[in-house]
Amino acid sequence: MQEINHTGSRTTRLLGAAVILGLVVLFFLGWFVAPEDDEQQDAVRMIFVHVPSAIFTYVAFMTTAIGSAMWLLRRSVWWDTLAAAAAEVGVLFCGLTLFTGAIWGRPTWNTYWDWGDVRLVTTLILFLMMIGYLSVRSLGGPETATATRAAIVGVLAAGIMPIVNRSVEWWENNTLHQKSSLTDGNLEDMTLFTLVVGLVVWGLFFWWAVLHRFRIAWLERELRSTDLDRALEERRAEGEPEGEKV
Amino acid sequence: MTHLGYLLVGWGTTLAVGGLYAAALLRRGRRLSARVPVERRRWMTADES
Amino acid sequence: MLADIRLVAAKDLRIEWRSRVTLSQVLPFALLVLVLFGFALDANRAVLDAATSGLYWITVLFVGLMSVQRATAIETTDGARRALLLAGIEPAAVFLGKALAVMVQLLFVELVLVGGVIVLFDASVESLPLLVSTCVVATVGIAASGTLLGALVAGVRARETVLPILLLPVLAPVLIGATRAFDDALGTVAVDGWAWLGLLAGFGAINTVLGALAYGVLLEET
Repeated sequence: MQEINHTGSRTTRLLGAAVILGLVVLFFLGWFVAPEDDEQQDAVRMIFVHVPSAIFTYVAFMTTAIGSAMWLLRRSVWWDTLAAAAAEVGVLFCGLTLFTGAIWGRPTWNTYWDWGDVRLVTTLILFLMMIGYLSVRSLGGPETATATRAAIVGVLAAGIMPIVNRSVEWWENNTLHQKSSLTDGNLEDMTLFTLVVGLVVWGLFFWWAVLHRFRIAWLERELRSTDLDRALEERRAEGEPEGEKV
Repeated sequence: MTHLGYLLVGWGTTLAVGGLYAAALLRRGRRLSARVPVERRRWMTADES
Repeated sequence: MLADIRLVAAKDLRIEWRSRVTLSQVLPFALLVLVLFGFALDANRAVLDAATSGLYWITVLFVGLMSVQRATAIETTDGARRALLLAGIEPAAVFLGKALAVMVQLLFVELVLVGGVIVLFDASVESLPLLVSTCVVATVGIAASGTLLGALVAGVRARETVLPILLLPVLAPVLIGATRAFDDALGTVAVDGWAWLGLLAGFGAINTVLGALAYGVLLEET
């Protein structure tokens, strides 16, 4: 059998190359081709890293929610592994979304953070909930127990988010996001095009990262069962009665 | 370019964090592969390397 | 089913009554938090008045956390969780019973805290119905989500530190909603408190249903 000692494959190599190429193109377009905004001037260029991060945060967490449901309904290990992988990548993207949002907000609306902004606060709460998901995943113990615990958190987060959204929306009517001219669809052609490029690049990176993270999780699983098998073997060799599975 | 500092911090952090995470994934993948017995090193959606 | 719920709730409350933890530890803690807030903000009276609702509900959240930790600990010691399953009580009934017990204890503390807020922060109750309704509905949500997440981390060594990370973000809508409703009930801000009550009710309902469904799975698998 061929010895493979990494989690790469033809797919990931292609994806990786595309991401790197895409980033170069995105940088060129985003910094030098896309026009500056009338009000925000060059600060608008943050949109090309902020919006894709936000979009794929939601893609990631939806994947986790669906994977969690599939685990609870079908006990599908594949879906559970996908849920875990997507959650970690999602937390990364979510952190970036919050960070780039703050960096964008400072020069544009003169503040890093606004408690009155629905999307900011909702994203923050989602971020915290998914960190909770990752914490639960890192708790030791039997794999099925961990998977079930995490899955419930995943489903709970998905179920709560609409309520969180509604509550924050009512909380404060004036939000920075609403004041933004960009969400009206009045984007310049080049800006829109660059944004699409950004989305594609982020999507490819998301795919690349989830693939690798999935494989890592799968290998960890194999490792655990390998260790377990070894321990059982040793037990049997000693002639003792088979011990209880931990 | 106006607000250059913000752009540099924003884009720079994003690319740096992304790159570091990617590197960490690759390294973790290699380390794990080394510890798992050869027969069990592949995963469900395998394709040729 | 109803009998089982009452059974479990009565059991938890009886344990609580015998140990008097709520009375002797949780309640003083809650009042202490109010006092500390007073120390921190009293120099600026206006700030304290405006912040009363928020401070109240933050205190309640912390108390809720403590109550849930205790409720979970009761089950985890001596394999009581398995015993409950073997006794043939439906998991959903266990969940509802435990949540009910937590709710009763929390409501008691909330009542005392209202007194505390009136005395220490000079709050005045403008709408008693709204105040009481808010307390009841919000507490349903806190108790339900707390009991669910408490069971989720039961049996795990790091559970004291993980539970807050899980529960507090989930309770964010409750904090937002209950604070706004209290603002209206205490007359500190002109806002429609009853509208927020609807949101709190939705939160409570979702968590009660999810909790009842998930509790069985948790008891069996973890």
